[in-house]
Amino acid sequence: MPIGKFMMSGAGSRCAACRYLRRRCSKDCIFSPHFPSSNPQRFAYVHRIYGASNVAKMLQRVSEFERSHAADSLHLEAKCRVEDPVYGCVGLISRLQRQIHNLESEIAMTRALVMMYESSLDRRKGSANGH
Amino acid sequence: MGTNTPCASCKLLRRRCGKDCIFAPYFPSHELHKFAIVHKVFGASNVSKMLLELPVHQRPDAVSSLVYEATARVRDPVYGCVGAIWHLQNQVSQLQMQLVVAQAEILWIQMKREEAAAAVLLPQNGSEPYGNERALAHLHGESIIELPHELIVEDFGSDSSNYVSVQRVPLSTI
Repeated sequence: MPIGKFMMSGAGSRCAACRYLRRRCSKDCIFSPHFPSSNPQRFAYVHRIYGASNVAKMLQRVSEFERSHAADSLHLEAKCRVEDPVYGCVGLISRLQRQIHNLESEIAMTRALVMMYESSLDRRKGSANGH
Repeated sequence: MGTNTPCASCKLLRRRCGKDCIFAPYFPSHELHKFAIVHKVFGASNVSKMLLELPVHQRPDAVSSLVYEATARVRDPVYGCVGAIWHLQNQVSQLQMQLVVAQAEILWIQMKREEAAAAVLLPQNGSEPYGNERALAHLHGESIIELPHELIVEDFGSDSSNYVSVQRVPLSTI
């Protein structure tokens, strides 16, 4: 295996993306700040769902400052999609919406009980004062 | 091209739409934008692989969720639909706090009710030692039986202590 094919950039090793894609990791590799070699699974997820070129395009579309957030959200969505191939993170959104609906119902019921108890407490106090 | 209208994906990809085209059932020719958006975010070959891995009856839901995610990603290139997830998770936390507060209010009011009931039932001269106990039992809907004093009362502590414990005897034991 020719050593030159796997030339390292600078003093560090290749990023997870370039390792996965078996290519040279250049100094200005768009993946390397966001897909370190210490976490190969992170790039594996996004590559499986989006493909390397789509990920690169999406990262280039946002400012450098926002790229780490974009990479994080792409990773999260890809991970959700791998774990739930039918609904992906939309399944999580549905579950959260249901949870919100249930909580709102419970809060409404609890507050109705509070009002009922408060009025019964006021009645008791009223009858106690009347004696 | 055959006599059939090509599906949206084959129109966009400019290829022949065969009878077994994987996209045709889910991307009809009049909904070009749907395929365009998933192709932009995921790529046609990735979408095809994802659909092929699923049983046929799950593919329509998968396509809907892919379109949803792709739309969210185009609208918000930084956070996609993760932004919506965080927003919903914050809402859940706030609602959980509101629920805890409302439940604490109920507990507080229940305590106040018990105190108020005990105050009403306790006689002024304090001659009946089991007044509070009976008032509380009444509030909780329990029935207690009056047994002879020597059978049920236990004294705790020194003689100067007025604390006694009363044994409740459920009706079912008679």
